[in-house]
Amino acid sequence: MKNQNHASFLCLAAMAVLVLWAAGLRAAEDDPPLSETDQCLSCHLDDDVMPQDYGEHDIHMQKGLSCAGCHGGDPANDDMDDSMSPAAGYVGIPDKKDIPRFCGKCHSDIDFMRQYQPAIQTDQAEQYGHSVHGAKLMRGDTSVAVCTSCHSGHNIMPASDPRSTVYALNVPETCNKCHGDAQYMKKYDIPTDQYEKFKKSVHGQALLEEQDTGAPACNDCHGNHGAMPPGITSISHVCGTCHINNMEYFAGTKMAAGFKKKKLHGCEECHGNHEVPKPSDKMIGDDKSSVCAQCHESGDKGFLTARVLRTRLDTLAAAYRKASVMKERVNSLGMDDLDIEFILQEAKQSLTKARTMIHTFDTLKVSALTTEGLVKNQQAIREARVQIEAYYIRRKGLGASTFIITLLIVALYLKIREIERRQKSTTGEV
Amino acid sequence: MLSDTGQKLYHWLDERFNLTPLIDYMQHKQVPVHKHSVWYYMGGVALFLFIVQVCSGILLLFYYQPGVDSSHESVRFIMTKVNFGWLVRSVHSWSANLMVFFVFVHMFSTFFTRAYQKPRELTWMTGFILLVLAMTFGFSGYLLPWDELAFFATKVGTDIAGAVPLIGEAMKIVLRGGDDVTGATLSRFYAIHVAMIPALFTVILGLHLLFVQRQGMHEPEAFKKLKPEQKKMIPFFPNFVLRDVLLWLIILNILLFLAVLFPWELGPKADPFVSAPEGIRPEWYFMFMFQFLKMLPAHIGFMEGEVAGILFFTLGGLVWLLTPLWAFKKRGKVDIMLLCGLLVIAFILVMTVIGYVY
Amino acid sequence: MKRNRFLNIILGGGTLAWLGSIFYPVFSFLNPPKRPEANVHSVKAGPADKLAVNSGEIIKFGRRPVLLIRMDTGEVRAFSATCTHLDCIVQYRQDSKQIWCACHNGYYDLRGRNISGPPPRPLDVYPVNIVNNEIIVSKPKQMG
Ligand code: HEM
Ligand code: FES
Repeated sequence: MKNQNHASFLCLAAMAVLVLWAAGLRAAEDDPPLSETDQCLSCHLDDDVMPQDYGEHDIHMQKGLSCAGCHGGDPANDDMDDSMSPAAGYVGIPDKKDIPRFCGKCHSDIDFMRQYQPAIQTDQAEQYGHSVHGAKLMRGDTSVAVCTSCHSGHNIMPASDPRSTVYALNVPETCNKCHGDAQYMKKYDIPTDQYEKFKKSVHGQALLEEQDTGAPACNDCHGNHGAMPPGITSISHVCGTCHINNMEYFAGTKMAAGFKKKKLHGCEECHGNHEVPKPSDKMIGDDKSSVCAQCHESGDKGFLTARVLRTRLDTLAAAYRKASVMKERVNSLGMDDLDIEFILQEAKQSLTKARTMIHTFDTLKVSALTTEGLVKNQQAIREARVQIEAYYIRRKGLGASTFIITLLIVALYLKIREIERRQKSTTGEV
Repeated sequence: MLSDTGQKLYHWLDERFNLTPLIDYMQHKQVPVHKHSVWYYMGGVALFLFIVQVCSGILLLFYYQPGVDSSHESVRFIMTKVNFGWLVRSVHSWSANLMVFFVFVHMFSTFFTRAYQKPRELTWMTGFILLVLAMTFGFSGYLLPWDELAFFATKVGTDIAGAVPLIGEAMKIVLRGGDDVTGATLSRFYAIHVAMIPALFTVILGLHLLFVQRQGMHEPEAFKKLKPEQKKMIPFFPNFVLRDVLLWLIILNILLFLAVLFPWELGPKADPFVSAPEGIRPEWYFMFMFQFLKMLPAHIGFMEGEVAGILFFTLGGLVWLLTPLWAFKKRGKVDIMLLCGLLVIAFILVMTVIGYVY
Repeated sequence: MKRNRFLNIILGGGTLAWLGSIFYPVFSFLNPPKRPEANVHSVKAGPADKLAVNSGEIIKFGRRPVLLIRMDTGEVRAFSATCTHLDCIVQYRQDSKQIWCACHNGYYDLRGRNISGPPPRPLDVYPVNIVNNEIIVSKPKQMG
């Protein structure tokens, strides 16, 4: 009895839960779209007076914040005058200079933002104040970028969304809208060809051509909300966030200290900034085209070091090429080149390491690596010779078999003659 | 001692299988000796090379793995890791080419000596089928290492088959095992090369040899006219057979020489997604057809040039196959058949040379 | 007659030598080489208990180097050892418990994902199975 009671109770409860759940589902399904319940939207859509840059994927729209979320007012009231009155909290269109604060109202409030994303940052407005853009805005210059300049006003999407103006691949275009406009930038007296240069650089090629989002866009070096050109001390740290070894090696040199004193930018002095080309061994050395020769003069100590370093790299690179050619030959002879390939991988690694080690300007350290590489190359070449020799040894085997077969041929020939002579003598003339 | 056991063994077998008449038959079979006798040996050379093909082919099968991502690798493996693998592969490739070459030589020699005449019509026809099969051997084997040149040559070759009116498209799809040359094509060519053609070839070759054995060697015109006592003959066994063996040994020497000093190469692995490399060409024995088709104008009369060309070769092959049925008799000094033969050889040579030079 | 004997001996001996020169290559051909297969689909990488916890080891997988790792948890994982930056050989770092490329200080996590430094892409993962205490590394599964 008791048991039955329990069971029917459970059944009832389960049914109730199911009904409630289904009702909830229905409600969710039947929820009329925002454009019908939200009076701002419904009028503005009907009268075709939506903001020009409005896009339906806008994150605020998606999250149901709608117009009033930013502009204030009462979206439930269909009387235009009432709903868009200060009494209803309407703030209207903010002045450009007020925009950071306008967005910051929510975006700087972690308690509010937390509802949407637990780990979201809320320091954008704060950082903006420290950027060149922000500083100028504070001084009343409204030509500079504010939040909406980069994120758009009504078509805002997260940076992870490829359609977003601030998605890694789109960032260079977004910055270039203003920074590439010579007319617009005239009063600031800064170059406007960064984008053109960047496009040709290793970074630009990787980002824009290969669509490799791992490559840096403008903001990865300049920051975004706190955008500023990296200063002399910070530049090698900026590059060093990715090129760690190169930065550490360089930081430990006398040259780095010298650079600091002379107020020269670390990495940039040799590699450039926006137009960073693919590095080559030609950059180092004592010839005119090398970057060393820009400062060092014939005969000085740095000049000599540069020459030594270049020779080391060239020797190893040449040896590596030679060994690779040998490997190819072994391959085309149809001999086994597997071991050679492994050794050559190590040789190449030494070369790569030596090229990085260049940044210490320490001939001993670089030589240690290039010597290691040369030894590997030698080993590969030796191995290749063994294979090539083995290939020719085959010919000796051929000699032996040719000898045997030729012997057989001669013997058989004599045998035939002998048989026929015998036949002739037994049968007379044939 | 040794010859004693040999004798005993022979008796043992003879008792059971009655070998003596066979040996007698062969000993009594006479092979004419005259200034064109060398050509009698060409078929034998082709036969020897076929045996070499079968042996080396079986050896290769021990390691070869058909498949888009194993064919090339396994051939490389045979060449680099397997003991004497390089030799076996090189011998198989060289011997294949030599075999086709000697089949051609053999065919033309029987053509010029008019050996196809009655009663050897069927010997000729089975022979022609052997030629076609030998070329198919070559075509299907060429693709098996799955290297770049072979891949594209197969593409072009099967494309040509596709141009045949009516049945072409279907033929191409069946050959390729789909619309394109892919791993499916490789499987098919493998089956064709190691199972289908060898079986067919063995049967036809058996017939061919049976015919030759039953009918004996053809005697050329001038020899036939001689009085019986003027005809110089040697017994088929052992004299002719021993000479055959002698020549085989010489050919073996040449074969090994070529295989060791000019090892067959293996091109880079085929990549269907790169554009065709330069210098795609079929194997040399297809060159004359390939070149001729290439040189034809886009349109001939109401037909597409290529279609006309294929029609030309199909009809040509048919006419050639049926030679014994239409062959002209020699009238006085004019030998129309000699002219025909020379014309065909000239055509093949000229086209082949143009194909390689330009 | 003496010449005849001599000839027969040469013929017999020559034939034997010839047979030898055919059968020797044929038999050594049939004798499988050390690595008996052309295509490497999987590689035996030694007994699992020989690979210490928190350590790594480079093994050869056909033409490529592969990094074998035994993590703190005891699990064995394998990754392509070729750095996705400039092809240096990566190694396991016991101190940071990460995969590290010495060339430019690139780091990958223990699922092969590039997490710092220049490497632009993750390392290929090679499936690992342990059968009877034997580590077996297989070719990465391809798509399609
Ligand atoms: C792999 C292919 C071939 C093999 C192994 C082969 C083998 C032979 C052999 C061993 C003989 C006897 C010796 C000789 O006359 O040379 C022969 C005879 C003959 N073969 Fe072939 N043959 C092949 C292809 C051909 C072809 C392509 C043709 C012509 C279309 C042909 C037509 C003939 C004829 C007519 C004879 C009789 C010759 C005579 O009696 O003088 N054979 N063949
Ligand atoms: S090669 Fe590995 S980080 Fe550069």
